[in-house]
Amino acid sequence: MDKKTALDLYRVMRRIRDFEERSSALFAEGKVWGTIHSYAGEEAIAVGVCAHLRDDDWITSTHRGHGHCIAKGADLGRMYAELLGRETGYCRGRGGSMHIADTSKGNLGANGIVGGGIPIATGAALTAKQLGTDQVAVSFFGDGAANQGGFHESANLAALWKLPVVYVCEVNQYAESLPVEREFPIKDISKRAEGYGIPGVRVNGLDVREVYKAAGELIARARRGEGPSFLVAEAYRHEGHYYGDPRKYQTKEQIEGWKTKFDPIAEARRWIVDAKVATAAELDGIDADVIEEAKRAVAFAESSPLASPIDLPGDVYAS
Amino acid sequence: MQASRTTAASGLSRTGTQGRPKPEQSATREMFYNEALGDALRLEMERDERVIVLGEDIAEHGGAFQVTAGLLEKFGPERIRQTPISELGIVGAAVGAALTGLRPIVELMYVDFSGLAMDQLVNQAAQNRFMFGGQARVPMVMRTQGGSGRGNAAQHSKSLEAWFAHVAGLKVVMPATPADAKGLLTASIRDDDPVIFLEHKLLYRTKGEVPTGEHVVPLGSADVKRAGKDLTIVSWSREVLFALDAAKQLGSEGIEAEVVDLRTLVPLDKDAVLSSVRKTHRLLVVHEAIKRAGFGAEIASLVAEEAFDDLDAPPRRLAGLETPIPYAQHLEKTVVPQVDDIVRVAKELVA
Repeated sequence: MDKKTALDLYRVMRRIRDFEERSSALFAEGKVWGTIHSYAGEEAIAVGVCAHLRDDDWITSTHRGHGHCIAKGADLGRMYAELLGRETGYCRGRGGSMHIADTSKGNLGANGIVGGGIPIATGAALTAKQLGTDQVAVSFFGDGAANQGGFHESANLAALWKLPVVYVCEVNQYAESLPVEREFPIKDISKRAEGYGIPGVRVNGLDVREVYKAAGELIARARRGEGPSFLVAEAYRHEGHYYGDPRKYQTKEQIEGWKTKFDPIAEARRWIVDAKVATAAELDGIDADVIEEAKRAVAFAESSPLASPIDLPGDVYAS
Repeated sequence: MQASRTTAASGLSRTGTQGRPKPEQSATREMFYNEALGDALRLEMERDERVIVLGEDIAEHGGAFQVTAGLLEKFGPERIRQTPISELGIVGAAVGAALTGLRPIVELMYVDFSGLAMDQLVNQAAQNRFMFGGQARVPMVMRTQGGSGRGNAAQHSKSLEAWFAHVAGLKVVMPATPADAKGLLTASIRDDDPVIFLEHKLLYRTKGEVPTGEHVVPLGSADVKRAGKDLTIVSWSREVLFALDAAKQLGSEGIEAEVVDLRTLVPLDKDAVLSSVRKTHRLLVVHEAIKRAGFGAEIASLVAEEAFDDLDAPPRRLAGLETPIPYAQHLEKTVVPQVDDIVRVAKELVA
């Protein structure tokens, strides 16, 4: 992997991790309302996949969607502004963490319904097919969503119609509190792809290089009009299901030990330095940039006006 | 707080174009209701290549109720896209397609199957615009049909308009005549919001004069199908035809009923309802759906809240019994309002 690509991937992963840490702190301060779901630990997946997408390609995301938004090019200030209920937020305070969308960058939204985005991404791919463009849709979802009927119906439909969509299943080891071994009767869920007659690829979701390589091939394939595919990336959710989750379903070792044991960012630092792609000092420089950028983003959000009152019917209906 | 007060009453309200739409062309032809719907689909597909149809049995078979008959031959399998039996997948694909630039129409064979697709309708299509702070539009139509009267029993005969009318973000359209079917479907396809377009299985073979060219009936415009001074009967879908028959009988007995066909429940033409009641001073709402928490309660409450002083009698509702639709022919009619029931209740109301 060339230096620029490696450092770009690293930078975006750091940006996501910082966002998750900073938004948790804002939540703890009582500034973020409702609930947030941390993507920490899964950064390599969103980043490795979105690196291959153009602004006019589409994604659908999940309740754990901050990482996908950032990887698809969202502005951090507008993301923080959304969490803080400001008018400058992506959804003008109407959506919050679970509904951040940026249609100008092809982000069709985080989604509070597990599996809710899968049929939508399939429909976006139908638009590309129908209009004869080479756009691609990617649907991110967790292992929990792979057991929703919408995944099955959509994969079948996309395979039948050869739609340009890549289904990316992020196995973070838990469907809310249910461990993955109690979700599936099989170990390798990428094998499900065979049932739809599409390629299924399983990668180590802690290694951004692996994700980047596999996603690059599957996205290029979709862009060439060769149809859908299923990418399964395995990682580990560092935090609970939501901020404040008591995590009664995990051992002390899992809660305290696993986030250092299974960390895609530490992993990236290791190979970047070991393979002499860049120096530790260069990576530290990126880390410092990310912090400065985040501070400016939070300041922008905090100085933005509160979201305007609900305006009816215009907020709800377009016409 | 301002917001919740505005939504609480009856969803969207718009100053309707009361009465029939202005005829923009004189040419009409007698058409069946299903034919009129097919005519709207054909014209809109000719007009806009972004309009596509997705659904089960819609291609060679022409649709379970023959609405899409002939369209495959004209537009091909890419635009008349017959799907596997996957209601959630189809409706969800339509949501995604609508978000990204197409104007999809889904044909769902029976409204009873909408439960399979409800997440995509209620959590996604209806709310995307709002949740995304106005960044999205979801210009899709879900055409489906409901109602009893054909022995299809409990899982193929429901009237579920109240489900959809209760969801902020959806529009709900229920035409009673072939001309309205064409004009409202055209408006629904051109609309930038998700529209639930509810047909009635026993209306497909009803006939009426329909404009042969472009015909648009704006959403949110009720229609006074019969003028009268003694009571107002508000109805929609097939029960409008029953109400008109009942009004005829009542007329022969010297009672002049005004029949207001809502045509769209959301947006609701409040003005049409209120101005009729202010004239007749009596309200009877008739619908096939179950009375409990039915849309008739919305109309009765609207009148009670906004025209109480104009009423000479309490508003009445005549609607389906609180039961699934029974199968046997002699039982089916007993659970939804019939013409005689409307006549009886109307007489009680004016007595």
